[in-house]
Amino acid sequence: MAIHETGYLDYTELAGLRHVPSEKRYMQGPVSVIECVQCIPCNPCESACSKNAIHIGEPITNLPELDEDKCTGCGLCVSRCPGLAIFIVNKVFTKTTATVSFPYEYVPLPKEGATVRAVDRKGAYICDGKVVKIINPESFDHTPVITVEVPAGVSDEVRSVERSK
Amino acid sequence: MEKREVVIVGAGPAGLAASIEAAKAGAQVLVVDLNMKPGGQLFKQIHKFFGSSAHHAGMRGIDIGTELLDEAQKAGVELWLNSTVIGLFPGNKVGIEDGSKGPEKKLVTVHADEIIVAAGASENVVRFKGWTTPGVMGAGAAQTMINVHHVKPGTRAVMIGSGNVGLIVSYQMMQAGIDVAALVEAAPKIGGYAVHAAKIRRAGIPIYTGHTIIEAVPGSDGTVSKVITAQVGSDFKPVEGTQQTIDADLVTIATGLKPSTELLRLMNCELVFDGAFGGYVPLHNRRMETSVKNIFAAGDTAGVEEASTALEEGRLAGISAAESLGYILRGDAEKERDVIWARLDALRMGPFGERRMIEKKKILDEFNGKVGTPVPEFQEV
Repeated sequence: MAIHETGYLDYTELAGLRHVPSEKRYMQGPVSVIECVQCIPCNPCESACSKNAIHIGEPITNLPELDEDKCTGCGLCVSRCPGLAIFIVNKVFTKTTATVSFPYEYVPLPKEGATVRAVDRKGAYICDGKVVKIINPESFDHTPVITVEVPAGVSDEVRSVERSK
Repeated sequence: MEKREVVIVGAGPAGLAASIEAAKAGAQVLVVDLNMKPGGQLFKQIHKFFGSSAHHAGMRGIDIGTELLDEAQKAGVELWLNSTVIGLFPGNKVGIEDGSKGPEKKLVTVHADEIIVAAGASENVVRFKGWTTPGVMGAGAAQTMINVHHVKPGTRAVMIGSGNVGLIVSYQMMQAGIDVAALVEAAPKIGGYAVHAAKIRRAGIPIYTGHTIIEAVPGSDGTVSKVITAQVGSDFKPVEGTQQTIDADLVTIATGLKPSTELLRLMNCELVFDGAFGGYVPLHNRRMETSVKNIFAAGDTAGVEEASTALEEGRLAGISAAESLGYILRGDAEKERDVIWARLDALRMGPFGERRMIEKKKILDEFNGKVGTPVPEFQEV
């Protein structure tokens, strides 16, 4: 199914359309996964990156390209992307767990340390996860970035958490 | 009769941008808006905008609005709020129901050397059984209620339409604490950007493409309590036996916008139908001047697009109006316009903008064919 029919991509579809980080890079620690697949006129991620790891250039409808060796997985781009389409994945958080960082613009925010229900790109429950970090400085302009710890092996699927009511 | 050099209809992104450029060049500018607050739709847009980071991209619409308003004030722009332009009349007369001086409105005629119509657009309606039931509203109304007035219009919504407005307002309703049951889209494809759709999907909200609304069913209190939808065939007619019922007390409609061109019609500006821009749009040149001299159009009135394009078109119109008044030399104005048109071209690239880029060129060509290129009165000395 195409994204304009379903509204989301699974990881295999994404990897078929975009450069995703190599397995080797994933094994070195946190890295950006840019899930932007349409040529829309937009480039804030490029200037957000202090390591010059994201390239768009001219015209600004070019898709962002990540230089995975320059990317440190710092997450500055996550809150800057107006499409909320950038995630940080750390597949080697511990021997058995990974982390996924994602933008989350709902209230209330979960608390650090809380157990949350991690969901995939279509909102389906994948597993329970633990909130290890929430960063929400003024410079993020009301787009907090949440990091959840999940079992290794589901980090390509988990992209958000269920909203708390 | 009151006189102003430039009168701008509408204080949205196009009108404000036009006012800033014209006033900065030295023109005496009056902006008239029927709302209580300026900014048009900008102050409802709490999401971060796409575009070039050199020009507001990544900023939330509400913050862009604040910045523009500040710039307009610094440039000395006069603003009449709560005031409606009720007509444009021969001899460049602007009829205004002025509500800016107090509770009592007064009819005022202002003579303007240059008139810029940046009146925006209006929402399209969909007719279905129960479409007048309380709880059925335009997506724009729901967005105003949650983001401007901080009032929830319902508790569980069905959104009709999956263009960017449908997707963004659905997201914002969730942010306001409203459940969104589903998005219903008659076309076989999601209309808006995939990244906006992805936000909706990972919140667990289904988007039913190839579906339509059949009925908004009132409950015992007379307001919406259920929504009946059905699949549509390739003829867009509902398919028997595919009906489903969704519990919801709110139906929001986001099925496109059409340019507000009434004032331009009054002045007999030449209009042409263009589906890419939402309906009838004025022919205009690169200066944003219509077929009637000294009447300009900008923003959604000149073809429904986005706030970012409206801003740039407003700048074009403001610079050109100042040029017509002699505040900017023709060569300088031309240089500034070239830069802005390059930015507009960049905003109209890619699969979503391409058609608008082509159609805009057609409108410019048709203007040149029918009207020709008028020369501003003031020439470089």
